[in-house]
Amino acid sequence: MASRPRIGVYICHCGTNIAATVDVEAVTEFAKNLPGVVIARHYTYMCSEPGQALIKEDARKLGLNRVVVASCSPRMHEPTFRAASQEGGVNPYQFEMANIREQCSWVHHDRDEATAKAKALVVAAVAKAARLEPLEDREVGVTPGAVVIGGGVAGMVAALDVAEAGFPAYIVEKSDHLGGHVADLNRTFPDLEPVAEWLPGLIERVQSHPNITVFLNAQVARVEGYVGNFEVTVSGSKVSGSGLGEPGTHSLQVGAIIVATGYKVFDPHRKPEFGYGLYPQVITTLEMERRLAEGDLAVDGKEPEHVVFIKCVGSRDKQLGNPYCSRVCCMISAKQAQLVRQALPDTRVTVFYIDVRTFGKRGEEFYDEARRSGVRYRRGNVSEIYRRGDRVVVRVEDTFLRRTLEVEADLVVLAVGMEARQDTDEIATLLKLPRSADGFFLEAHPKLRPVDTAMDGVFLAGCCQGPKDIPDTIAQARAAAASALIPLLRGTVPVISETAVVDPELCAGCGMCVEVCPFGAPALDPLWGVSRVNAVLCKGCGACAVTCPSKAIQVRHFRPDQILAQVDVLVE
Amino acid sequence: METTEFEPKIVAFLCNWCTYTGADLAGTSRIQYPPNVRIIRLMCSGSVDPTYVLKALLDGADGVLIGGCHPGDCHYQSGNYKARRRIIALKEILKQAGMEEDRVWLRWISASEGQRFADTVRKMTEFLKEKGPNPMKREWAV
Repeated sequence: MASRPRIGVYICHCGTNIAATVDVEAVTEFAKNLPGVVIARHYTYMCSEPGQALIKEDARKLGLNRVVVASCSPRMHEPTFRAASQEGGVNPYQFEMANIREQCSWVHHDRDEATAKAKALVVAAVAKAARLEPLEDREVGVTPGAVVIGGGVAGMVAALDVAEAGFPAYIVEKSDHLGGHVADLNRTFPDLEPVAEWLPGLIERVQSHPNITVFLNAQVARVEGYVGNFEVTVSGSKVSGSGLGEPGTHSLQVGAIIVATGYKVFDPHRKPEFGYGLYPQVITTLEMERRLAEGDLAVDGKEPEHVVFIKCVGSRDKQLGNPYCSRVCCMISAKQAQLVRQALPDTRVTVFYIDVRTFGKRGEEFYDEARRSGVRYRRGNVSEIYRRGDRVVVRVEDTFLRRTLEVEADLVVLAVGMEARQDTDEIATLLKLPRSADGFFLEAHPKLRPVDTAMDGVFLAGCCQGPKDIPDTIAQARAAAASALIPLLRGTVPVISETAVVDPELCAGCGMCVEVCPFGAPALDPLWGVSRVNAVLCKGCGACAVTCPSKAIQVRHFRPDQILAQVDVLVE
Repeated sequence: METTEFEPKIVAFLCNWCTYTGADLAGTSRIQYPPNVRIIRLMCSGSVDPTYVLKALLDGADGVLIGGCHPGDCHYQSGNYKARRRIIALKEILKQAGMEEDRVWLRWISASEGQRFADTVRKMTEFLKEKGPNPMKREWAV
């Protein structure tokens, strides 16, 4: 049976994050008198080295067998304190956290009320800790290989890194070719390097790599499993040496998934006031790329006298629901404006901007070069474009002079931004990935985990996570590949220990747990007529435990007596 | 004016993936809400046993909040649908037993809805203040 609880309670100040609102000394004194508590302390930063040392030393000296830390969310530091407890000789699963920062000191102002609540949360944590049983860490093997969804630059680069590390990589590309949007570009900023000089080589490396399999006209139809052991069903055509195979369904077993589905170019028809599609003089930056590639800048067979660029089309536009910056349009405009000046030295070039954001390496210098080449930058909001004879008139508010201007132009280039793809929804549902308010996929943490997602083993690369340029895309793709390689190289992944377990003495073999489990973890043992749980398949959701009429199946760490003990002390 | 205002006690059973994280986000965003709620973390709203809710009410909680992922977003595919059916059934039973079913709230609050979590706690606290203390505790005390 479980040993008699000897609990150590540690209250964290979190600098002043907790201590400014919660009377940590009062909570500590209070905790000392709780049942099973041997020692209670408070400290500035429990997660710091000396903070963790307190736990380890007390645990050894006082023979603690349970640890409670009242500090931040368990989603933040539970692993830290579990490890510290373990080093002190306490089973890491006999540790419990009281969340007195996110769910107390940060959301309440009144010191008395916050202190009272902190005490309540500590009582509940102590009550649960006293009933926690020791558990073992568990690991399962990893299926080598990764699926990369998307065959643009991000997907190709990520797949190459996985393949170079010696693992199979499968690219699932929706269209009939690799290269994504970059294939539509002519030259890239800020070096004006022709895309044709590097993209075909990249595609060739991907196609000829022995560890890479490419599926074209392909989509992910189904995803099963979990980190280390995914089963991805792909419908599409496999590319082999002899060309594109017949369309079909392919089942891929991999340990990790990289999402590199890219973006959608903003459709300027949604800004009808710009007359795109109505006036041949109004084109997008992508159409301009093609014209620059072909050296054809003529409108109606004539060299344009005045070319106008309009930035932030579909970006930084709250009316459209796109409040974000697309991050590349300032540089694309600076690039194309320079190229126009180079090709047609007598042509005037004007750029209308809200702000100029040419950040990044060599960005500011590039903007300077554009201005030195004779491109005129003018701060202004364009309200309307209409036709006057052979030309169009750009109606714009000069936001420095607060005056409305009308400028005639022969060619207007709309610097269209990036949006989340329409199929982001499907992928989000398939992989259970959350999305941010702008529609792009949400990373697990904006700073600390920029390529991880809420789903273990699923990583993000490129513009599916948000607009970015090619160097940033490649950096993120390589980061995603490196992260995906962690489980692949380790060969094992930790799986939860808090799984369901059946007490065969209580089980009547009714099979309701088998029916209710979405993962097929419990099954009836034909010999004994009772349910047994395959712990590898169990995710610990607890659906079975609620359903079981005799409470024979329970989830470790979330057993009814552990929950009810918390209820008891919380409503006292 | 009355002497001291009645402060309801709310026990909240929140799923680890959505609502618990949403409550954390309310914290990191410093969104203030009444301190009347006490959170118990579970892995899934589908693992909230009706006996937990009953026990909380009979022990004297003035309200019970169950928070889960939005339909379609469950980390375990269908736990929130199971929770929905179970809580509807529980409320039906409470009603037939002459108990106040409106003290039990089931809400879908995602990991990105810190504001919604704070608003829910505020609304529930106000609602329960209006409604008064839970009479069940008195009735059941022996």
